Amino acid sequence: MRKRKELSGIEEDSLLYHEEFRDKETEEPAVLPAPEKEEFKILGKSTTRIDGQKIVTGQALYTHDIKLRGMLCGKILRSPFACAEVVSVDLSEAQNLPGVHAVLQLRTGRVNYAGEQVAAVAAVDEKTADKALRLIKVIYNPLPFAVTEEKAKQEGAPRVHQVANVQKFNDYSRGDIEKGFKEADVVLERNYKTAVEVHQPAETHASIAKWDGERLTVWDSTQAIFNVRDGLARVLKIPASRIKVIKTYMGGGFGSKLGLNDYTVVAALLAKKAKRPVKIILSRKDNSLCVGNRPSSHQTIKGGVKKDGTLTALHLKNYTCGGISRGDQCSEPIIDVYRCPNLKVEEYSVFTHTGASRPTRAPGHVQGTFALEGFMEELAAEINLDPLELRKKNYSTKNEGDTGIPYSSKGLDKCYQSGAEKIDWQRRNKRPGEGKGRLRRGLGMASQIWWGVGREETLADIKLHQDGSVQVVCGTQDIGGGTRTYMATVTAETLGLKPKEVTVKIGETVYPWCGSSGGSTTTPSVAPAARDAALKAAEYLKQQAAKKLNLEASEVVIQDKKLVNKNNPSQSVAIKELLGERLWEKVFHGEYTGRPSEFAYNTFGAHFAEVQVDTETGQIKVLKVVAAHDSGRIINKLTAESQVIGGVTQGVSTALFEERIMDDSTGNPVNPNMRDYKIATSLDIPEIIPLFADMIDPRINNLGSKGLGEPPRIPSSAAVANAVYNAIGVHIREIPMTPDKVLEALKRKEVAR
Amino acid sequence: MEKKSKKRKTFTRRDFLKGFGGGALGAAVVPKYLPPAPAVLQTKEGKIPHYSRKQITITVNQKNYSLEVEPRETLLQVLRERLNLTGTKMTCDRGECGDCTVLLDGIPVYSCLTLALRTDGAKITTIEGLADKEKLHPIQQAFIDKDAYQCGFCTPGFIISSVALLKGNKNPDLEEIKSGLAGNICRCGNYSNIYEAVSAASKRMGSS
Repeated sequence: MRKRKELSGIEEDSLLYHEEFRDKETEEPAVLPAPEKEEFKILGKSTTRIDGQKIVTGQALYTHDIKLRGMLCGKILRSPFACAEVVSVDLSEAQNLPGVHAVLQLRTGRVNYAGEQVAAVAAVDEKTADKALRLIKVIYNPLPFAVTEEKAKQEGAPRVHQVANVQKFNDYSRGDIEKGFKEADVVLERNYKTAVEVHQPAETHASIAKWDGERLTVWDSTQAIFNVRDGLARVLKIPASRIKVIKTYMGGGFGSKLGLNDYTVVAALLAKKAKRPVKIILSRKDNSLCVGNRPSSHQTIKGGVKKDGTLTALHLKNYTCGGISRGDQCSEPIIDVYRCPNLKVEEYSVFTHTGASRPTRAPGHVQGTFALEGFMEELAAEINLDPLELRKKNYSTKNEGDTGIPYSSKGLDKCYQSGAEKIDWQRRNKRPGEGKGRLRRGLGMASQIWWGVGREETLADIKLHQDGSVQVVCGTQDIGGGTRTYMATVTAETLGLKPKEVTVKIGETVYPWCGSSGGSTTTPSVAPAARDAALKAAEYLKQQAAKKLNLEASEVVIQDKKLVNKNNPSQSVAIKELLGERLWEKVFHGEYTGRPSEFAYNTFGAHFAEVQVDTETGQIKVLKVVAAHDSGRIINKLTAESQVIGGVTQGVSTALFEERIMDDSTGNPVNPNMRDYKIATSLDIPEIIPLFADMIDPRINNLGSKGLGEPPRIPSSAAVANAVYNAIGVHIREIPMTPDKVLEALKRKEVAR
Repeated sequence: MEKKSKKRKTFTRRDFLKGFGGGALGAAVVPKYLPPAPAVLQTKEGKIPHYSRKQITITVNQKNYSLEVEPRETLLQVLRERLNLTGTKMTCDRGECGDCTVLLDGIPVYSCLTLALRTDGAKITTIEGLADKEKLHPIQQAFIDKDAYQCGFCTPGFIISSVALLKGNKNPDLEEIKSGLAGNICRCGNYSNIYEAVSAASKRMGSS
């Protein structure tokens, strides 16, 4: 039996990327009170960001923007070779260059990908550091390499690690796959390919390190300040208690900034040596080389279905390529989304001489969903069934294809209904490709599953000051989703304030613990912890007010900065007055303690896309995407919609454009920039309509909210591909669906006729 | 395979490619095409290389600056590193993303591709110069109202491009907004909200 993995890989320390991702066993959690049914004034409505003014005026400080007195510029020399022996490194000339304060050799022995760190310098400014890098003399002994899946799989291909390049990492089955195929009326087998993607966050990776004696302070553009702190403690062998990590504002990460980075260690080492703060900003090119990517996948699905649409068997074989590290587990969707009693999964990593992968917004799920949902679409056409009906026919209410434990809540059916209505699903071509003319339109859909639960032991504090001002504090980080704002809204809602009246402190390791901002865990961790603290604060205020007003605490309600007798609203006391009588501030500790383990907690969604295909040029234009999601209670509608819009945009970008292309002759990427690595721009964006089921999960936490970071990223690529199939009648089973592939597919169709 | 009899001292591009193609051994990467060493200048910070500089005068956000710049310095570098105006961001550093967009005499330019030397005498507006003290520019306010950002890193560039767009076209339709902002990339993918913000701002500016 497969062991249940909780968000595998998210916490992974990037320095240990060669290792197999750890299983994280979930401990038996305490049972929380069910979320209240009360009507909220602020939660669930649209609240503009409390930090909006800082962002739109350019005052928000990102790691790139931080300057310290005496700060040096750190630069890293990287291997130009995909595989080579570092024979010698001569730093003497660089060291002697005026303005250079520290040099470091980072590598002896073998480098395993182009972009691997070899040496580093710290100098007074960037141009001096650049000059110093060019003075470092490295003698390499280049070795044969394999940077593409095809080459790495060949017999006798240069090995990346000591083991063979192809390694099985996942083997799962349930039921009897052969029996399932026998029961089927129709059996199909299809191949799907997805490309390596690069995160390309706007702010390139950056760290600043500063020593004060034995104490280290690091400013880092990171999604995980505590991972960085603990990783630094391990690598530098100093107590974690002496390290402080700060993240101010951050220009995107999408998974690529989840762990400790090797350049952060370099910044710390250079700073120690130079006895001055050192800032390292990675280049745009580095982004394609050495700070992660979404592994490619090469999936084969063989599946059987009865004429009435009942799935009888599914078999997934996946070859996934994540450079020197493991590829992505792409099987979660096929295992979980549909009721299918007989299932088999085999997944293999193909190692190549390219930089290690990192989780990329919904790792594995984007690839897995593209294949599974494309397959469902073709199955539906084969048995002449509405593709949406096929999905409904195989609807599961328990996880693991209806063989596991029940979902605590599942609103996928609601998403199907609202999404189909909104896009007017009946408009689709009843037979794929039945339209005529040069420009063909089509509709397609895809379902989504992801986790999106919180992390136990997440802490948040609420401070009530004597002057009546309120602060909410948590060691989380806002990676763009509006964390500060929902912390303020949750606090404000509970304590009868306006969001802007709450001061939010996040992004430092001296604050109460919180996990990384990854895996769609931030909201369901931080919001419940803040709510817990706020409820405690509210209770305290009610009790104090009750004493003062000669009432029972249960008779007191909080309204507009006052504690009011609910039976006699004229009787009240201001929060400020109550706190003003105290001699010092009052702090309340909140915690997210977990959820009952006898249920499965997942987020669900369905995207419906409309496209237009130019059959002469092969150009695809996505016209509309309706994105319906069940992520539990929506805390801030405005920022939630932005999450969905962003996820869909990235999904469209994946479907049509994104691919890191490796050059087999140089071992380097040919498109390590933002022009040749094409990203959707404003001209490519469809109309996007976010919809929320807005169901309150009764058990997951005290708000009934699930995560929303990854979910909208998952099904849009597949929905777009399915819409293209509906438009032209031939399925393009490879993303990005560039015009050449569309024309190729149309030719295939001609030949088949 | 080519003959390996001739040993060149310098490392050429051809050697580089050969090294990859045949897995040849012993190729050394020692670039020898560095420019001559610069003169050395003694400063409080210690010794630093000295390059020839030229005096320029620029007006940034209505403030005048007179400074010496090196020929290689970009406007982006001058803004961020010398004038400490870090609202203008560096994302690609090669004119692909638009995050460094500023107004140069009213025209939007990629400051990473603009040499500081060539801006002598120019009037420059950056994100820091848009608001009238505490009162935000209508476009800035619209970006807040419509949540037209996520991480916020591309926001200054988008806002500046939007200012330029609305200056030339007071009431753009959706297609005009899209093409007006086609030089900027929002990796978080919040374009739809950005269109809404620009559209809302154009209405607000038209009615005021």
